[in-house]
Amino acid sequence: MSLQSVAIVGAAETTKLGHIPELSVLGLHTDAALNTLADAGLTAGNIDGVATAGESPVAVAHQLGIHPTWVDGTSVGGCSFMLHVRHAVAAIQAGQCTTVLITHGESGKSRIGAGWRGRAASSLAGQFEAPFGPTGAPTLFTLPMLRYMKDFALSHEQLAMVSVVQREWAAMNPRASHRDPITVDDVLSSRMIAYPFRMLMCCLVTDGGGALILTSGERAHDLGPRPVYVLGSGESAEAPMISQMQDLTTSRAFRTSGRQAFQQAGIGHADVDHLMIYDAFAHLPIYGLEDLGFCERGEAGSFIWERNTAPGGRLPTNTNGGGLSYMHSGMYGMYALQESVRQLRGSAPAQVKDAAISLCHGVGGMFAAAGTVLLTNERP
Amino acid sequence: MPRSLPEPTPETQHFWDGTVVGELRLQRCDDCGSAYFPPRPFCPDCLSRSVQVFSASGRASLHSYVINQRAAPDSGFEAPYSIAVVELEEGPRMLTNIVRCPQTPEALLLDMPLEVHFEKISDAIALPLFRPAGASP
Repeated sequence: MSLQSVAIVGAAETTKLGHIPELSVLGLHTDAALNTLADAGLTAGNIDGVATAGESPVAVAHQLGIHPTWVDGTSVGGCSFMLHVRHAVAAIQAGQCTTVLITHGESGKSRIGAGWRGRAASSLAGQFEAPFGPTGAPTLFTLPMLRYMKDFALSHEQLAMVSVVQREWAAMNPRASHRDPITVDDVLSSRMIAYPFRMLMCCLVTDGGGALILTSGERAHDLGPRPVYVLGSGESAEAPMISQMQDLTTSRAFRTSGRQAFQQAGIGHADVDHLMIYDAFAHLPIYGLEDLGFCERGEAGSFIWERNTAPGGRLPTNTNGGGLSYMHSGMYGMYALQESVRQLRGSAPAQVKDAAISLCHGVGGMFAAAGTVLLTNERP
Repeated sequence: MPRSLPEPTPETQHFWDGTVVGELRLQRCDDCGSAYFPPRPFCPDCLSRSVQVFSASGRASLHSYVINQRAAPDSGFEAPYSIAVVELEEGPRMLTNIVRCPQTPEALLLDMPLEVHFEKISDAIALPLFRPAGASP
């Protein structure tokens, strides 16, 4: 017996993106939730499942007056929302709930109502990372790249090209934080943050949020005009400290998560029209293209350099401008999912013509976890 | 204010007791022979609880790194400084800083040989840093 299909029937971001000092973290969650309920034409009374990360799903449910029969607080970093989608599909198929609200909100820039981000000195990271002076993700997430660059002869120019291409996409998006064109030289002359990474190779730090509503394909058909169906999904985890990755030049979590998504969907790479790869830093699309199987090992730098992922290229990637140019609140996965949904609804600012299948891939922590979702606008 | 200091747990105490007396203590499985880090009271490869602490050679190679250009205020660091992953001779990798060496891409060459350099922070804590092999202690 084949399982029933599940679709995204509501998708929206917070009313504003970027600098939102008037809302707390919880306020960003609920602003996104209200916009998403309106998008789906539903009310809180229709929602019986709630999932979120970075905030308690209990708090979100209570704020909105939702009385859930299913709660998911999976919190493994910025890809948590991909995992929530995957878990929601399974829960709806199992009859544990009918309609799931997934929310994200983060006051990354303004830090309104945001908690302390440190780690205990007795944690593994507190003992074996913090004493050596990392100052956040720009000094840890970036650590594998010199190894990759030596092993695969990837140039600084090729790394910079990732940022250039994504700015081209952002230029078409009125909501993107940074829209002015940049060149490889601009990237390579921007301020050094943590060699080999310069300012324009690092993501933005902004405020914002987003939410999704999923329900059974059957209900979706009655509900909205533009349901987006979940074709397949995957998830995985590797190591809580980046120094403990099996191989610094490839993410085991990416490979496992991507493989599961393709297997479940029963499609091949050539079927994918549109790709989102969580880009906290410029090397992430390079790892993603290879570990998800779109490029052979060591070839993603050339693939991007030759404009395959750029506007007009054969594999449009990070078409909202990505974490590098669109927005990045801290857990960017929700915005990648929003862009996949917009592309499949035909409502993206930089619309990919006739996009029917989108792959949306997220990273959690620093190569610590991964989640992959394959979506389509064609009813299964 | 000094660096952020580790707070040992029962599972990691032997490691931090070792660095204070100038030993880089790893663990090895009695059953499968695997040497591993970070510390835990069982083998990550075969899950055997029969494991021993041993003193590693302190020899390593530079596996990857970044050069941080901005130290956190009052962190005890002066930029620029390297944050590196080194591969120990025995196999495991660990995060550290490369010291006794210019903090430049020209001086920090991947795969260069290194040796451990214990930096005493307090009576209870010494950190395992690494320096180029043969550099003055």
